[in-house]
Amino acid sequence: MKSQTLHILSNEWKTLLRGKWVIGYGLIFLMLTDSLLRFGGGGAEALLSLSNVMLLFIPLVGMIYGILYIYQSREFVELLLTQPIDRKVLYWGLFLGISTPLMAAFIIGSMLPLGWHGILILDGSASAMVLGLGGILTLIFVSLGFVLGLKFYDDRIKGFGFTIVIWLFMAILYDGLVLMLVFTFGHYPLERFVIAVSMLNPIDLARIMVMLEFDISALMGYTGAVFSRFFGSNLGIFTAGGMLAIWLAVPTWLGLRVFKQKDF
Amino acid sequence: MIEIKELKKSFGDLPVLKGMNLTIPSGQATGIVGPNGAGKTTLIKTILGLVKPDSGSIRVNETLLNGNWNYRKDIGYMPQVARYPENMRVHELFSFIKGLRNQEPVFEKELIEQFALESELNKPLRTLSGGNRQKVGATLSMMFNPDILFFDEPTAGLDPRSSHKFKERVKEEKANGKTVIITSHIMSELEQLVDHVIFILDGNIRYYGTMKALLEESREDRLEAAIARMMGDDSPAESAAAEKPVQNYSNTATEILTF
Repeated sequence: MKSQTLHILSNEWKTLLRGKWVIGYGLIFLMLTDSLLRFGGGGAEALLSLSNVMLLFIPLVGMIYGILYIYQSREFVELLLTQPIDRKVLYWGLFLGISTPLMAAFIIGSMLPLGWHGILILDGSASAMVLGLGGILTLIFVSLGFVLGLKFYDDRIKGFGFTIVIWLFMAILYDGLVLMLVFTFGHYPLERFVIAVSMLNPIDLARIMVMLEFDISALMGYTGAVFSRFFGSNLGIFTAGGMLAIWLAVPTWLGLRVFKQKDF
Repeated sequence: MIEIKELKKSFGDLPVLKGMNLTIPSGQATGIVGPNGAGKTTLIKTILGLVKPDSGSIRVNETLLNGNWNYRKDIGYMPQVARYPENMRVHELFSFIKGLRNQEPVFEKELIEQFALESELNKPLRTLSGGNRQKVGATLSMMFNPDILFFDEPTAGLDPRSSHKFKERVKEEKANGKTVIITSHIMSELEQLVDHVIFILDGNIRYYGTMKALLEESREDRLEAAIARMMGDDSPAESAAAEKPVQNYSNTATEILTF
């Protein structure tokens, strides 16, 4: 079973690398990180800018990529499903086979300039955190794209629509909405509520972790500030990291469930 | 051998299979016909495990289907639409499926030769013509020498020469005792390839029996005319008259029939 998962995985890697655009995606991050380090001042600032770009774009690219894969490989996946192979094995093979190259493209693309500018050694833990968070966000959002693609298998417009709406909501509107709620209900003790709410958004969690790591409350956004005050730096990172792990488990598990029960 | 009992499937509110009973013995060549949306593809997909039935049971070679997958090692399926990852080369696709099935191919070389695919083996699949992609699908379905073969509209995209070769190959498989199941809208093709016909209408089996009996009973000499008559192309009174003897026949004379 394991060998078959690896067989599917390696096959996906091969075809994706040949498709070249995953490499292009990695190159974009390479050029971005390099120019940020060249022109953007010190390592910490460059890492922050990189994480801002990453928090915005990785979720969008990941989801679009996941859903596009389902839509484009429909016939092929159906052919694979008619082979004597467990659906579970196929799911893990396909999911990891397409999400890990994307993850690797980001990590390698950003890591190389960080390496040759010496930031990896200078700001080791911060670099590792930004790269790791980008990797985890890739996995989370590719699997969300998978779930959306499988749920709206025949209705692509709806599928893409939800993708864009979810991205807009999580990446852009969320913090503003929370701030608005807090502003409206400012007379009540809202700390716990705000913390609970920020845990519902993986992008927010990742952002909070970055901000806590760099210890810059001015850029933290509202949820980040509350988080930092409530937990302190280390415990905050720890809690947010744990929640992010749950965020990774839930969509992948949901995708597996849908994939196993689906009528193709 | 495929045994189907009381098979029901709805998509949302729309019932597609309405309690189907069907037994296809080993070694029989069967054509599935019926108008668009009658449930042919759903029936095949259910047997292949792509679609999960709401109720009823399916047995393939004595194995009851319940989400298991091992029974599919005896099945070869050629889909109607052949689309593969664009950058994959043909030989890579073959070795990928080999690894996936964990089986050694029996007829790989023979089929490649038969369908004249040697020159295509190193090309990426996106550059292949529709017909060649169909041939790749046909090769994949037969190269592991499975007992049961499903062909979904197999010759739709093939040129006459390839189509002829494909049919010759299917006849060979048939002669070797394989269970062959074909859906097609091309009646002349079914006349050449199969000797039993399943006619599905509106989620039910309207007729299941030998081709010969169908032609005799409907007093037509071509399958197309007989099927068209059953689909109700002619006037209601006439078609009612034509339907009856077919029903009677199928209830009495065909021993494999289970309505």
